[in-house]
Amino acid sequence: MSPRRLIAMSRKEFIQIVRDPRSLLIALLMPVMQMVLLGYGVSLDAKNIPVYVYDQEGSQDSQALLKRFQASPYFDVRKTVNSYRDLRYAIDSDRCKLAIVIPFDFSRKLRDTGFAPVQVIVDGTDDNTANLSKGYARAVIARFSADVQHNWLQRQGMPIAASNGNISVDTRIWFNEDLESRNFIIPGIVALVMALVGALLTSLTIAREWERGTMEQLLSTPITPSEVMLGKLIPYFMVGMADAALCLMMSVWWFGVPFRGTLASFFTTTALFLIVILGIGFMISVAIRNQLGASMIALLVTLMPTSLLSGYAFPIDQMPAAVRAITYLVYSRYYVTILKAIYLKGVGVKALGAEMTALAVYAAVIGLLATRAFRKTLD
Amino acid sequence: MEPEIAVEGLSKRFGPVSAVDCLSFAVNRGEIFGLVGPDGAGKTTTMRMLAGVMSCDGGRMKVAGHDVAANAEAVKGSISYMPQRFGLYEDLTVDENIRFYADLFGVARTERRERGAMLLKAAGMTEFRDRLAGKLSGGMKQKLGLICALIHRPRVLLLDEPTTGVDPVSRREFWQVLYSLLAQGVTIIISTAYLDEAERCSRLALLHKGRLLLCDTPENLKKRMPGATVVVSSPQARDLRELLAGAEGVSTVILVGAGLHLVVDDADRRVPELKARIQSAGIAFDEITASEPAIEDLFVAYVQGR
Repeated sequence: MSPRRLIAMSRKEFIQIVRDPRSLLIALLMPVMQMVLLGYGVSLDAKNIPVYVYDQEGSQDSQALLKRFQASPYFDVRKTVNSYRDLRYAIDSDRCKLAIVIPFDFSRKLRDTGFAPVQVIVDGTDDNTANLSKGYARAVIARFSADVQHNWLQRQGMPIAASNGNISVDTRIWFNEDLESRNFIIPGIVALVMALVGALLTSLTIAREWERGTMEQLLSTPITPSEVMLGKLIPYFMVGMADAALCLMMSVWWFGVPFRGTLASFFTTTALFLIVILGIGFMISVAIRNQLGASMIALLVTLMPTSLLSGYAFPIDQMPAAVRAITYLVYSRYYVTILKAIYLKGVGVKALGAEMTALAVYAAVIGLLATRAFRKTLD
Repeated sequence: MEPEIAVEGLSKRFGPVSAVDCLSFAVNRGEIFGLVGPDGAGKTTTMRMLAGVMSCDGGRMKVAGHDVAANAEAVKGSISYMPQRFGLYEDLTVDENIRFYADLFGVARTERRERGAMLLKAAGMTEFRDRLAGKLSGGMKQKLGLICALIHRPRVLLLDEPTTGVDPVSRREFWQVLYSLLAQGVTIIISTAYLDEAERCSRLALLHKGRLLLCDTPENLKKRMPGATVVVSSPQARDLRELLAGAEGVSTVILVGAGLHLVVDDADRRVPELKARIQSAGIAFDEITASEPAIEDLFVAYVQGR
């Protein structure tokens, strides 16, 4: 390996990145766009769920219950309607995700029997939001009925403690205290950005030489295949690391995601992940000699598994067993796990031994395969 | 003296097609050796194999003391290859391209500067050194290609149709550079579609369908030419061709620029005959004379003879 040829190759590649508007756009603008779009767009939290109300009674009691919904940050009571037909229309036209129907005998039943049914209709098309809003609605109503019961007992002059039971659950959530789905998702987006930018840029690098006809002359020089590979990947590695720093800064300073780990562990794992991604991109570029085809395949084998099977947004332990088994083959799974742990738990590299090892093995294997992928011949 | 380039029984197949078929020739040091032939004759494939960028299916190649068929990488430091298609980076400047190739061949920095400046000056390109290669004219691109190829003082220069699409002035300058290299002992193999260029080579190999038809100096090749050549210049060359094809004593009619080359059995006898025939047909023509046969005529005569 000649350092001189390596540097020459890297310098040439770097100049080409800087002078190619498309590469620059991918390298600089893509990470920011991804972070903003996914950071804001992908939220698994249900807040301000739009609610329509059909209050058949219109009594003080029914209004008291509705006030609880209005006070909750999870619900946004939009409108009161006067028929089931209107409710149905509201749900059909996506004006509300949840509807509350209070029957005409609500307060009478509550007074006489202490038990009054309320109907909650949930739009089940989006099961995640449906589940969440069902849970939140149940909690609001449970709280209301506990208060009603409490008042009733008080008025009867009965001891209050008896009604509440003796065991209370006091839940404490670790690592993502506010249960913000953004804190859970954004560390994973870093992996997505790395996969997208790294694979897209490197998939073009060899294909471009073939397409523009510069490969033939390059092959006639004494440069070795490993010099071609390393020389070409070093600039993209630096771009990738810079993008990682950019993502880190955006996630912490813009989105306010806690970063509890060390920079060293963040950049070490990112470096390993980049080696895997760049190696894959390079091999694709070697195999497919045109830029368009290479970039399509690169997206298919890097971005797809990273967005679907890495657990960045869709938890792996909720997947069917067969799919879960496949995720062990997806290199981004390890990176996403490590990233989340570094961000939210602040654990060091040691606690993540298994994942780190898996990622390192991947990097070594892909690196080795990539070195052998490129052959200095036209046939 | 051992030849600088020795090719023996070189073969290359692409599926059922035999691109190069048992080719043998030798080139001495300081020679400029021309490969000529129509498209598909195997010129580019031969060049690629000699440059070590394509494997061969059989035969032996020895270039600058290295066995290319056995170890293609070893020869690469001693040769320069200019592919048919412009192979430099259009998004790099003239200087950046020169530096890139100098670094790949391990040229020392001071030598690169001196030699680069000298080559740029000789090519009249000093003022364009900061221009992107993609913004150069066709002729200047070829000269830049040559500069990049010469920055490391190669022993052997392989040029695949280097002057295709280049204006005549640039072509002349290009050839001047080539002659000065020959004086320095560089060996050159050039393929060309311009047969007037072929006549400037010290020796020529005529290729057809991957096989070597003839290999000799341009003078000797012309001596083998059967019959004589008659040149007619006319603004209606196409009409003339129809008129004269198949005329008595005329074996070949070739359209060349604004005129025709005819191969005839006896020039002294046929020129007056042909002249009378053209005049009676009422086709305009400027001149009709017996002439030295060109390589082109020879080539067409040989290829048609097959």
